[in-house]
Amino acid sequence: MNMQQPNSGEDAAWRPRIVAFFCNWCTYTAADLAGVSRMKYAPNTRIVRVMCSGRIDPQFVLDAFRHGADGVLIGGCHPGDCHYSEGNYKALRRYHLLRRLLADMGVAEQRFRLEWISASEGDKVKSVIDQMVAQLQELGPLDLPGRRADWDAELGENGEDDLTAGIAAEAAEEVSHV
Amino acid sequence: MKQNGDVRIGFYICHCGTNIAGVIDVDRVRDYAASLPGVAVARDYKYMCSDPGQDLLRQDIAEHGLNRIVVASCSPLLHEKTFRGAAEDGGLNPYFVQMVNIREHGSWVHEDGEYMTGKAMDMSRAAILRVQVHEALERKRVPINPAVLVVGGGIAGIHAALTMADAGKHVYLVEREATIGGHMAQFDKTFPTLDCAACILTPKMTAVKAHPNITLWTYSEIDKTEGFIGNYTVTVKRKPRYVREDLCVGCMECIEACVYKSAKIPDAFNMGLSKRKPVYIPFPQAVPPVPVLDPENCLHLKNGTCKDFCVEACGDRDAIDFTQEAEYIDIDVGTIVLATGFDTFDPARIPYYGYGKYPNVYTSLELERLVNASGPTGGDVRLPDGRIPERVAIVHCVGSRDEHYQRWCSRVCCMYSLKLAHLVKEKTGGEVYNFYIDMRAPGKSMEEFYNRVSTEGVHLVRGRVADIAPESLEPPSNGRIGRVVVQAEDTLIGRIRKIPVDMVILSVGMQPQEDAENIRRMFNISCSTGGFFLERHPKLAPVSTFTDGVFLAGTCQGPKDIPDTVAQAGAAASEALALIDRGYYELEPNTAYVLEEQCSGCKSCIQQCPYTAISFDAEKSKASINEALCKGCGTCVASCPSASIRQHLFEDEEIFREIHGLLAYA
Repeated sequence: MNMQQPNSGEDAAWRPRIVAFFCNWCTYTAADLAGVSRMKYAPNTRIVRVMCSGRIDPQFVLDAFRHGADGVLIGGCHPGDCHYSEGNYKALRRYHLLRRLLADMGVAEQRFRLEWISASEGDKVKSVIDQMVAQLQELGPLDLPGRRADWDAELGENGEDDLTAGIAAEAAEEVSHV
Repeated sequence: MKQNGDVRIGFYICHCGTNIAGVIDVDRVRDYAASLPGVAVARDYKYMCSDPGQDLLRQDIAEHGLNRIVVASCSPLLHEKTFRGAAEDGGLNPYFVQMVNIREHGSWVHEDGEYMTGKAMDMSRAAILRVQVHEALERKRVPINPAVLVVGGGIAGIHAALTMADAGKHVYLVEREATIGGHMAQFDKTFPTLDCAACILTPKMTAVKAHPNITLWTYSEIDKTEGFIGNYTVTVKRKPRYVREDLCVGCMECIEACVYKSAKIPDAFNMGLSKRKPVYIPFPQAVPPVPVLDPENCLHLKNGTCKDFCVEACGDRDAIDFTQEAEYIDIDVGTIVLATGFDTFDPARIPYYGYGKYPNVYTSLELERLVNASGPTGGDVRLPDGRIPERVAIVHCVGSRDEHYQRWCSRVCCMYSLKLAHLVKEKTGGEVYNFYIDMRAPGKSMEEFYNRVSTEGVHLVRGRVADIAPESLEPPSNGRIGRVVVQAEDTLIGRIRKIPVDMVILSVGMQPQEDAENIRRMFNISCSTGGFFLERHPKLAPVSTFTDGVFLAGTCQGPKDIPDTVAQAGAAASEALALIDRGYYELEPNTAYVLEEQCSGCKSCIQQCPYTAISFDAEKSKASINEALCKGCGTCVASCPSASIRQHLFEDEEIFREIHGLLAYA
């Protein structure tokens, strides 16, 4: 399937793309509410529904960046409100660890965000996404796929090991071979 | 990549009239989807959720041998069931269906049609990639325990309990006060018919007590809730009332006999406008008709120095028991109806209305007690100095429709204010001024009621009250309570009006109960803005919650009047009955499972599970998941370092494919 063309980054019409992982019960429902209320917000987000923010494997986040996301947004229920009691706390722990890892990888902290958005906070979906898009617009493209290609080229023949793909790629492949 | 034989995907994009097609170029998305690998059929249709739309799926499954379905339309939370059902009718496993939410997350929130069309392609591609690796799944059935718990014994809880008990189900009705009846028992007349609240409520209260299928626990609270739909275990705390319900005959002789010769303690039922003794009954028609001993004021309980006349009066009935302690009882129920009601807005929060400062400023609930024949004044509208007021102001929207307090309209205040205007006018013959922002009289017979009251000589002033201040700084010398001046801009004549009155009634709005947050957490449901409990869908599932088996009735869900409360209570009861009579509930098959050959037995998943569904099989040295306990959150799946725990419907591969599909450029 040839569906992958790296983002050039120099494209004048570049607009940031955010992959959002929203929990079914609070934030996904809040995004539905924003829709029903016809709130208008930046269209740059693509939402992946999971049952609980606790389901969000750090690999999902790394994989999204690896495939060209400029930002990743995690949305879960407010502390104490998790439909599954405490999945959001697990998400929070992983978020803090992952933020440090991403910082070490040179991914600006504004590119990765966790927000508690309850089912009634359609307006918060709007404000968080609008704000994040504005920040990413300022930061410019992350373009990991493009940078990876550059690094591969630099490494030349020695670059057989796809170093840049790092943890995410290995892990992802491991999974996809299962 | 896992292969499930030949993948033949049917892709359908819905116009939803112009809801989607007005923004997104559905033809382009359809043609793009048709070009993707695996897609055998791609169509667009005006309304996919309609019968012909669903028929399209069924026909194509048969004609084109489709084994996967992708529907790009609205939110899966709205129509996933519909399309899964259609696929199932067509002979396909329902879990081979994936939806793309291009309406709520697309055309309704984004105006840039060109960009949105591209994004719809991205989203469709993600679903097409994802659905390829879907697997056939079976739904698990859980039995429904036919017993029901109703929390709250106001009119909503009473009506729900009676409905279900009449259908032959066992109902536990738990009420925290000493009697059932709730706020409605405090009201005098009900709008718009002006029938007496007690006359229509008390027969239902006694029916609850007499019903063989209802276990009534008053003076009791929910302590803890565990379990899930069909199988809840609820711990009820029965607070000590120090009078044994099984022995008390309701003669009230203990109240007569109490060493307190006169009543000294503010009576909560009468909003503090009268006094009660330490042993009391909330009101004469209380159900159960059993007194309560207030441990803070009873001399025996406070310091053990009482002569215990009450015990003497009770005699060989021996119902008074000073040793009673809180009792915790576990009950097993299958479904739960929450009918925990509302609280009224505290007008002391608005200082310029002078509530609590001027003795002639009342809340509407206090007035309900004053106009009530069984109230503290025997139904006379009197000021604290004993006079009948000559001029009365009724202030609408106190705390309501106000950015600083409560943004919402409480729906009932205009009508009850008119009712109070009518009653005050009738009882005092004085001048009554109603200050309103807008007169809201929707619903059956309400506008007619407004017309009636407005022709009875009540002065209706359109304007929000800005200030309530004493007429004179000097208190009247004759011991009377001084008049206050109500100031408002009359927006119909464009002038400020200052009207001196003897009495002010503040029409306070409804707000959630103070501890609604605790109840919400205990039953794992959500709140809407403002703190009322959130229904599953505002229009199509107004009494359901996001927790299966928990239903809402009455004002805990939002402000409403008595007819709407009763209607909603009936709806909640019938939703619960539908579940009980079917006998089982089908769970989403999104549980987690362990790939034993990969599991290293590291045990890191075990502590992740909030339901203790994961245990360690010491013999095999592997993790093991009890499917019956797993709720499908997927937290353990994300935590497994060797990807040995997986989740049906949310497999890693499915989510990775979704991510790749979303990000690959069209």
